[in-house]
Amino acid sequence: MKSKKASAFLTKFLFYFGNIVIGIIFVSPLVWMISASFKPESRIFANMNSLSTFFPVEPSLNNYFEVFRRIDMANVFKNTLLYIGLILILDLLINSICGYALAKFRFRGRGAILSLVVALMVMPMEAILLPLYIEMSQLGWVNTLQALVVPFIAKCFSIYMFQNFFHDIPNDLLEAASIDGCSPVGTFFKVVMPISKTVYATVFILDFVAHWNDFMWPFLVMTGADKRTIQLAVQSFFSTSPVHYSAIMAALVVSALPMIVMFIFMQKYYVEGIASSGIKG
Amino acid sequence: MSNTTVLSARKRNERVAAYIFTIPAVVLLIAFLVVPVIYTVYYSVFQYQVMRPKDITFIGLNNYARLFGDADFYQALKNTIYFTVIVVPTQCVLALALALLVSKRFRGVSVFRTMYFSPQLTSMVVISVLWTVLYNSNPNTGLINSMLAGIGMKPINFLSNPKTAMNAIIFMSAWQGAGYQMMIFLAGLQGIPGEQYEAGSIDGANRVQQFLYITLPNLRGTIKYVIMITMIQAMKLFTQPYVMTQGGPQNATKTVVYYIYTQGFQKGNFGYACSVAAVFFVIVVAMSLIMQKLTADD
Repeated sequence: MKSKKASAFLTKFLFYFGNIVIGIIFVSPLVWMISASFKPESRIFANMNSLSTFFPVEPSLNNYFEVFRRIDMANVFKNTLLYIGLILILDLLINSICGYALAKFRFRGRGAILSLVVALMVMPMEAILLPLYIEMSQLGWVNTLQALVVPFIAKCFSIYMFQNFFHDIPNDLLEAASIDGCSPVGTFFKVVMPISKTVYATVFILDFVAHWNDFMWPFLVMTGADKRTIQLAVQSFFSTSPVHYSAIMAALVVSALPMIVMFIFMQKYYVEGIASSGIKG
Repeated sequence: MSNTTVLSARKRNERVAAYIFTIPAVVLLIAFLVVPVIYTVYYSVFQYQVMRPKDITFIGLNNYARLFGDADFYQALKNTIYFTVIVVPTQCVLALALALLVSKRFRGVSVFRTMYFSPQLTSMVVISVLWTVLYNSNPNTGLINSMLAGIGMKPINFLSNPKTAMNAIIFMSAWQGAGYQMMIFLAGLQGIPGEQYEAGSIDGANRVQQFLYITLPNLRGTIKYVIMITMIQAMKLFTQPYVMTQGGPQNATKTVVYYIYTQGFQKGNFGYACSVAAVFFVIVVAMSLIMQKLTADD
């Protein structure tokens, strides 16, 4: 009995020990980045071989001031939030109605649309960026907001998530609404949408994170310096002189902040969204 | 009689609603996914320079012929496959191990989960910039080399040595991505009925046996899905080499997507780049199909 208790204790100890060691290895690069963002340039690479490199020595906000002086951050944030906001509003509307129609309506062409959505889901976007770029230039959209927004509204994965969710809504509920005189369109907006907040939140957070990380496409179509999105601004900070590592670290932290805030407030939906994609997929 | 007209009116309403609801998404999907696919194939049989858009000549399969004799393309393909073959098992095993470490409820579990997930909260550009600094070959300025020096090892030129550059990118990518797959595994682990473990422990199965005969078989579907998404993700490698190494040293980190970018946007050979993109697309689809066949339930 005693040895069993001892072995349980040992297991628990090893469990915590493993988690703590691996956890520290996992977060140490990020901890280093955050602490470096508060240090003067001369101190970042000092004491590299001691633990103190992970702590902000002589902390100040000077690096952050440099970032805001060198990059028009207000403009960068405006550009980024504007295009992501537009994509998300239209994404949530258009993909959810499409997913709903596929889940609940019987009509000719339903099978064809479903196969199209599934087939396009595995398509690597990177393979079609060139012709998409040609299309943008033919439309005269290069360096415009439309180029960032319009091609990315319809998303196969969002349609698929919505379709899965709406599929589980009981038909009785829709019948009842229809008997009460609701049209199919009205039923969706008045009855279905209000009870589907979870799926909207999930798609919202997944797509927000994906677009916040957009790099290659904005890099190709947005060449004007005043049109830069957040990832382009960060990358340019790293590749144009003067290269101040202290300021670079501050820029990295600034660009990560909105994601961290999003995560804190929407953690539940984000994690559920990632998890559910695996269960259904 | 009136009942059937009501029913058919409702059916008609539903059909009209269905078209109103699906047309916007379908039109957009066709315009910005299907049309570019057709364009890719179309331009791939032309000689088409960005600088001279008027000067477009049909050259049949010449771009493809050129492609199959292009050593740079093979190098890019080799690098992409190497990255995929190493990073997929590394990242998936790491993700599963992390999920097992935090699957039980214990004090502080959510803190550890968040720690493992935290690299996901920064973008690939941010991670790439940060790790370029961490990988610095000078032990006085590169964090990783200063640690290696601390345990008495010689400094490694991670990103400037063609032998280590891709491995350095692989290590970083696995670190960044594992938290995402860990979350998927966690959901899979939580779906395994607890009775199976109870039955297993009554039968005297130890931890390893429980893992092999209960956990793994139950996770089959999840594992398949995770491998699939990690693989497709890996094939598209671009941001890391673009930010960290610009494809170097000696093309050691130039990938297929990077090659499409250099040919199409830097050199302006749109026609040729489209043929690379078409081949790339076929490879990705073929690999997903092969994976599905290999892991199909018998």
